[in-house]
Amino acid sequence: MSLLRAVARRVATGLVVWWAAATAAYLALLAAPGDTVDSIVGDGADTPQIRAQIIAEWGLDRPAVGQYLDYLWRLAGGDLGRSYLRQRPVAEVIGEQLAPTATLAVTAAGLGVLLAVTVAVGTAGRRRRWPRRVSSGVELLLVSTPSFLIGIVLLSVLSFRYGLFPVAGDQGPAALVLPAVTLALPIAGLLAQVLRDGLDRAWDEPFVLTARARGVRERTVLLRHALRHALLPAVTLAGWLFGILLGGAVIVEQVFGRPGLGQVTLNAVTSKDMPVVLAVVTLSAAGYVVVNTAADLTYLLVDPRLRRS
Amino acid sequence: MAPLLAVEDLHVTFDSPTGVVEAVRGVSFTVGAGECVAVVGESGSGKSVTARTLVGLAGAGARVRAARLDLADRDVRSYRPRDWRRVRGRLAGLVTQDALVALDPLRTVGAEVGEVLAAHDIVGRRERAGRVVHLLDEVHVPEPGRRARQYPHQLSGGLRQRALIASAIAGEPALLIADEPTTALDVTVQAQILRLLAERRATGAGLLLISHDLAVVAQVADRVLVMRDGRIVEQGPTGRLLRAPQHPYTRQLLAAVPSASSRGRRLGEPAQVRDGCAVPVLRRTPLPARPVVRPDDAVLDAVGLTRRYGPHTVVRDVSFRVARGETLGLVGESGSGKSTIARLVAGLLAADAGTVTFESARWSGVPERTRRPLRRRLQLICQDPLGSFDPRYTVGRVVAENLDPGPDRTDRVLALLHRVGLGPDLLHRHPRSLSGGQRQRVAIARAIAPRPSLIICDEPVSALDVSIQAQVLDLLGELRAADGTALLFISHDLGVVHHLADRVLVLHDGVVVEQGPVGDVFSYPRHDHTRSLLDALPTLVTAG
Repeated sequence: MSLLRAVARRVATGLVVWWAAATAAYLALLAAPGDTVDSIVGDGADTPQIRAQIIAEWGLDRPAVGQYLDYLWRLAGGDLGRSYLRQRPVAEVIGEQLAPTATLAVTAAGLGVLLAVTVAVGTAGRRRRWPRRVSSGVELLLVSTPSFLIGIVLLSVLSFRYGLFPVAGDQGPAALVLPAVTLALPIAGLLAQVLRDGLDRAWDEPFVLTARARGVRERTVLLRHALRHALLPAVTLAGWLFGILLGGAVIVEQVFGRPGLGQVTLNAVTSKDMPVVLAVVTLSAAGYVVVNTAADLTYLLVDPRLRRS
Repeated sequence: MAPLLAVEDLHVTFDSPTGVVEAVRGVSFTVGAGECVAVVGESGSGKSVTARTLVGLAGAGARVRAARLDLADRDVRSYRPRDWRRVRGRLAGLVTQDALVALDPLRTVGAEVGEVLAAHDIVGRRERAGRVVHLLDEVHVPEPGRRARQYPHQLSGGLRQRALIASAIAGEPALLIADEPTTALDVTVQAQILRLLAERRATGAGLLLISHDLAVVAQVADRVLVMRDGRIVEQGPTGRLLRAPQHPYTRQLLAAVPSASSRGRRLGEPAQVRDGCAVPVLRRTPLPARPVVRPDDAVLDAVGLTRRYGPHTVVRDVSFRVARGETLGLVGESGSGKSTIARLVAGLLAADAGTVTFESARWSGVPERTRRPLRRRLQLICQDPLGSFDPRYTVGRVVAENLDPGPDRTDRVLALLHRVGLGPDLLHRHPRSLSGGQRQRVAIARAIAPRPSLIICDEPVSALDVSIQAQVLDLLGELRAADGTALLFISHDLGVVHHLADRVLVLHDGVVVEQGPVGDVFSYPRHDHTRSLLDALPTLVTAG
């Protein structure tokens, strides 16, 4: 069946993407200044004996190619290795930080999509000239503002001044509101632009005229006919959305002092904690592949013309 | 009793960045119950805007003004969007233009037809599916139950048009408005759709038919209105209007229709008199004599051409010759393999079997490098000239592309533009800023530039209005006479082929079912398919 073939092809491409990402990350960290042994020693005792012991234990004396192949092999077997910095299995480190980040990302994505659809449907069409100009301007502003700035503005107004939400931490749903909004706003801005553009284009299509000539309400035409057409280009952005969420989480978690993958990644990069960085890259690549495959399948779901027997 | 629809002094204007556009300027007419009224006009005449205004969908930024606009005894002039919603589909059903794109591709045919039933709460949710099947059956869709579950792209053009009509009549409107209901359909399907629409009159519905094609509406309309530039220039009973047209424009429209009787004569004014000048054509002037055809001297020889796409054989064992200076017509319905043959002959597609010989040299199955020196002897004109131009090129550059470089190249471009009836002011314009007729003239200028021995014309006039079509056909007739160029003329329009071609090849499902001199084939068709094509062809019974 063609659907299975499509998925198989996606997975095969995904493996190549994953390999390329893992290799690129490996090379980048290899080229970065600083010694691996220094990272592992960290703040601990530093004697030649200890250094020799570390080199022997981690196999750092072997040629770089050997280390690289060994790393790939272990990764393929599902072994993410041990963190240099924390001296614990990477899977454990990431596992306990994954939940807060996932909660944040899913909430932000849902909020962003909801906002975008509402705004786009509310402002599409020729008659609503002013609301659309205003929202278009706000969207542009949100897309072009760095998320840490949005976060700081939200914090200083809603938390410091009015005390509506906690300033930092991960205690309860109230603490999730501001980080999620910070992450959701740029997403909503871009998605709303794409969706409205799609709605406007669909509105000019002959089948919309046909639907209106049937006596269907304009709002119904917009939701039932135009929105599905407008969603197609938006689905293409799913991969971009995933990237924004991942990159945004790193910054937002920092600004709001939330635990999560962002914090872990940031620490790992600054301290050259190779296994953790590589694990994050691997997970991200896998995430991309999953999200893009899902987007392709969504296409098939939305557009019957692509379903070929 | 008051007529179903009464329109008096209707004006529709649009605000555009360049000023106010008056699309409809003072139109008055009526449609009675059970009556079929046709509005005929070329693009830009305001006929579609008139149709859409009657259901309150004139378009964004439209201003509508009328002395009277009564629909089923209701004055709809002051209607707000909410009121219009109750009119649409219920009092007035609109069959929108171009069936191929008028159904939502993401929804099933059944959902589209059933939408009217839901919007006006005509039948309950439970009975809706049953009613949809019944409606599809009523417009003669075979296997209506299965079709209702399919998506528009799975249906042929004719079936989509039927589904569209089913959705327009679902609310049993008193007035049915059909905007170009048969464009993009094959002649045989076109005839069926017209009969179907005419059937609606038996239910007492009034029918307003919008079309650019006089011959099409003449078959079913009781009365015809001829529109031009937003005004009705002439109206009357169909028979009278066709036999004794009063207005020069009506006469010009009638004269522009190519057919057997127009062979060897001009369809419009000479090419030098251009767009906008309505010189009444009372008698057709003859075209220059056709080039001398030398049957023994073949420009093109195709033998046993076969082409498959996957499991489908779209062209099967097709053989024909084009003699020097001869015009060979290639007719058939959509999907009959016409365009595939054009691409095989042009060397743009490789044949699975068969050979093509051009100018006595092997043309098929040889590397492109071998073909290239001869390429300039074989030119192509297609249906959509704009798509064949580099969007960044000016008219001058488009034509110059096909000429040898040299210091006098601009002069040669200007001479070519002059030959196709275009002025030197167009040299630096971009093709997209030209009208459809002008664009096709540029394409012709480019094609004749290297003095080819054969021009493949793939539906060159299908997208043009009838009077522009007449000018382009006249131009092709003149050029062919002057240069002795052979034409492979592909068209779905039998009238055009009869007017222009010497011999004709009738295709059906990728097979040549009949070929011979046009007079013989069209007067004494031997194959059933040729006969059904000719029967379906709408013809004008006119005085001249």
